[in-house]
Amino acid sequence: MAEEDLSEMAKDVELHLKLDPPLSANNKPSRSFKTSSSSSPPPCDTSHVLENVLENVLKFLESRRDRNAVSLVCRSWYRVEAQTRSEVFIGNCYSLSPARLARRFTRVRSLFLKGKPRFADFNLMPPDWGARFAPWVAVTAKAYPWLEKVTLKRMFVTDDDLALLAASFPGFKELVLLCCEGFGTSGVAVVANKCRQLKVLDLIESEVTDDEVDWISCFPEGETHLESLSFDCVESPINFKALERLVVRSPFLKKLRTNRFVSLEELHRLMVRAPQLTSLGTGSFSSSTENAGQGEQEPDYASAFRACRSLVCLSGFRELAAEYLPAISPVCANLTSINFSYANISPDVFRPIIRNCHNVRVFWALDSICDEGLQAVAATCKELRELRIFPFDPSEDSEGPVSGLGLQAISEGCRKLESILYFCQRMTNVAVTAMSENCPQLTVFRLCIMGRHRPDHVTGKPMDDGFGAIVKNCKKLTRLAVSGLLTDKAFSLIGEYGKLIRTLSVAFAGDSDMGLRYILEGCPKLEKLEIRDSPFGDAGLRSGMHRYNDMRFVWMSSCRLSRGSCSDIARALPSVVVEVFGSDDDDVDVDEDNADYVEILYMYRSLDGPRKDAPKFVTIL
Amino acid sequence: MAYEKVNELNLKDTELRLGLPGTEQVKEEQDVSCVRSNKRQLQSDNEEESTTPPAKTQIVGWPPVRSYRKNSNNNNSVSYVKVSMDGAPYLRKIDLKTYKNYAELLKALENMFKFTIGEYCEREGYKGSEVVPTYEDKDGDWMLVGDVPWDMFSSSCKRLRIMKGSDALALDSAL
Repeated sequence: MAEEDLSEMAKDVELHLKLDPPLSANNKPSRSFKTSSSSSPPPCDTSHVLENVLENVLKFLESRRDRNAVSLVCRSWYRVEAQTRSEVFIGNCYSLSPARLARRFTRVRSLFLKGKPRFADFNLMPPDWGARFAPWVAVTAKAYPWLEKVTLKRMFVTDDDLALLAASFPGFKELVLLCCEGFGTSGVAVVANKCRQLKVLDLIESEVTDDEVDWISCFPEGETHLESLSFDCVESPINFKALERLVVRSPFLKKLRTNRFVSLEELHRLMVRAPQLTSLGTGSFSSSTENAGQGEQEPDYASAFRACRSLVCLSGFRELAAEYLPAISPVCANLTSINFSYANISPDVFRPIIRNCHNVRVFWALDSICDEGLQAVAATCKELRELRIFPFDPSEDSEGPVSGLGLQAISEGCRKLESILYFCQRMTNVAVTAMSENCPQLTVFRLCIMGRHRPDHVTGKPMDDGFGAIVKNCKKLTRLAVSGLLTDKAFSLIGEYGKLIRTLSVAFAGDSDMGLRYILEGCPKLEKLEIRDSPFGDAGLRSGMHRYNDMRFVWMSSCRLSRGSCSDIARALPSVVVEVFGSDDDDVDVDEDNADYVEILYMYRSLDGPRKDAPKFVTIL
Repeated sequence: MAYEKVNELNLKDTELRLGLPGTEQVKEEQDVSCVRSNKRQLQSDNEEESTTPPAKTQIVGWPPVRSYRKNSNNNNSVSYVKVSMDGAPYLRKIDLKTYKNYAELLKALENMFKFTIGEYCEREGYKGSEVVPTYEDKDGDWMLVGDVPWDMFSSSCKRLRIMKGSDALALDSAL
């Protein structure tokens, strides 16, 4: 992560200025590096040669962790690395300013920016908090004319930003917007129209306002370079004829994810014209009402699927008409990724389909498939790596069609499982422990027992043992989300055994400050901590003072924090920005009693100090 | 208040009241913008409490499912909007999905609030009616009911307001 290494840079450049140059490795006492290389002649030539060699070698190095390590070797390596890094990842857009980015890296082709913290997805953060793309596009427009790829997650992007992007980068190829908002179809239209080299336009889980612009028609005429077009999150109708024409003139198109305004008949027309697709978002997957009862011959959907010999990824099914689902059978054996999470599919409909999906590695679905459906997955999908089960009825008191039974079945059948997200109403320690024992490859374990503070429904005990088993047995675990009734003991186990955990999510759990202390005094690799509605207070927060510089962020909402301790942290750690605010964007609470109470604390490490664009309701301590 | 059945709706179900949830069997709709969570969460909601009346206070952002997913799931089921009428003390709520066109909607509103509404015409709106039906769309603008095609209306309508008297005339003449 760039901002990690930039802060390391701040520390280590100081040190490295005093290092011996690599050539004189005789352990003589140090000579300081001269800051300007022009003052030393013979070593200068050699070092230039070395830099050239290094530049050519570093071109092959892509992993950002490796590059971060390289940049710390010495100043010369730092410089060369900065000049050759073409992909920059910034995990928190407020950890540094755009200007700093432009100063250090000079030849960036690809930028990945993340904005708001994840809990903003659940309405815990007032709107207009920040994470604007505007300052970034303004700076990069001047600094990186050859920018090709931009990926944004949880950023606020306006139509003007998109217009500036489209106007500034003639070679622009890939735009991916994940969980973003602030723009509409008019912004999309500008990108479609002006970015003539565009290969990828992926709008994923973003909020796109309907400006009533026919953006599909805005792609220029003639053959396009399009390889991937995803607009399944766009909640407005599109010009289908224009889409069809676009698909026909996009011979390189491999991924197409349509929205729910594309009917099954229309999907068929697209599939017939693009049998080369590898990834298909199927839109509504139901018949448009106009055709109902017309007696017209229905298209042969199964045959269209059969013709797509390269299809490995299916999603969509936004308004699934279950009787049509068997049409996907011809491709089932080839599928590696299936997303049924917008479709209310019953076990009876599901089982015959999944029976053929032997190669599935990624599977997302609603809990409407029930424990039976999960048993079917366990029986067939031996290659499963990632499972996500979402609730059809996301409330605390609903029936709960999946349980520990399904979880245990999956653990027994899918031994290669690496990542799981599982929503349920009730769970047992036995089932969670079984998973910890059966699936040693787990790196991500996120269990959401929707009833708050709910204990093991068989034994009545807290869920401590289950999560304890997970951290003890899953030695590769890097991400953990806990739920259900949990005592401080659970956190002591997590702190002790969660040696590789980088992200931890806690909600409605724990007994006291000790819970938070256990985490902050353990979990050596912790980078992201998000906590809500848990009885952790000032003492717990203070116990982490020694670590906040090394973490990306800490979020704590509806806990027991007071302004005083947050101010103490801000004072003690100048490179950590400490924001406090309420959950509404009302002006500061007049309520006397609660004036000291911190509803939301969001703090993060930053190289450039507090941001200048904070709205009124945010206080930076 | 007598509750009649209109279009097979038991209106008691759709009525908004000022009482606390849990004082009566009030059906909570899925995406009601929720109550702020208590500032000091000192009590523990344990198992016994959760088996009490179904109308539990909705907690903001819990379960942690993105609202985008919640909306998608609800797409086929309901689309509740509040209806207010100038001069009436209560708000009502109706499910737009139960109507197929403007005629059905207006008829239902007429029955609900006991008014009569005139003919809609594109140029002059509801000239000659004692009331004018208006709605707030996704952008926050107040529009005249009937101007846009039904499908566009039903997907962008956030709430309805039946204006009467001088307000109605002012709106009409402004159009």
